Amino acid sequence: MRALFAFIAGGTFGTGLVVSGMTDTTKVQGWLDIFGDWDPTLAFVLGGAVVPMFFAWRYTDGRLPRLGGKFPAPPEPKLDHNLVLGSLIFGLGWGLAGLCPGPAIASLSYGGFGGGVFLIAMIAGMLAAPPARRWLDAVAGSS
Amino acid sequence: MYQDWIWGLVGGGLIGIAAALYLLVNGRILGASGILGGLVDGTERAHSKERLAFLAGLVLVPVSVVPFYSSVDTHLTPNLAVVIFAGLLVGVGTRLANGCTSGHGVCGISRLAPRGMVATVFYLLGGGASLLLFKHVLGVI
Repeated sequence: MRALFAFIAGGTFGTGLVVSGMTDTTKVQGWLDIFGDWDPTLAFVLGGAVVPMFFAWRYTDGRLPRLGGKFPAPPEPKLDHNLVLGSLIFGLGWGLAGLCPGPAIASLSYGGFGGGVFLIAMIAGMLAAPPARRWLDAVAGSS
Repeated sequence: MYQDWIWGLVGGGLIGIAAALYLLVNGRILGASGILGGLVDGTERAHSKERLAFLAGLVLVPVSVVPFYSSVDTHLTPNLAVVIFAGLLVGVGTRLANGCTSGHGVCGISRLAPRGMVATVFYLLGGGASLLLFKHVLGVI
């Protein structure tokens, strides 16, 4: 059952990514190009997604997930260098190619050779993150 | 442009419904970089079946349900050096920050989580800076 609902959630997520335009790199780059011919559609995508989730979070109060377990605890409100630097690095890559992780996976079936190369490079980057984090922590700790 | 906003809102709504379903039924946060990253680096082997099922749905379902799917195109740059460099940045950045557009953006902001909001501000700043640098200054995209 858990796998079935995960499949449905993944499918709905992917469909939303395609429909919204998040898998079209030229659109995404237009949405991020605030210094050029800026297109504000990204705010509509994010706004449209945040509204159902806002109500979902409120519904979790005093309840448990339908298939058992617990709802994820609120993360520690720790705003550290990894969060800030990591997000900046991610944003640079996102703007450069126009793909973030969800759309990179969702477009696998039609993204062609380049799409596959992006996904492999992204996975390589993910594998490089733990040593990068240790290095950043050491630099931050010694300063 | 007007149509883009409507599709953006409709697609965004689907993204939000997917995230709400994954939260309320499975009790998990829908974060694309976390779901994939936890699988490939082996840090979160627990729930790996659920993660694989999520990724399978993400890859397989849009092909079969989106009516104009045959005409969609990622318009990804043919410059493979750019593709590889960008992919590396996205991979390392999202795992350092522990989340991307879906986890920090959609799930974090809607929970009014400071980490999600701070991350979103910085990846949007990074995205804007990227277009400024690579498009307007260097002209590589």
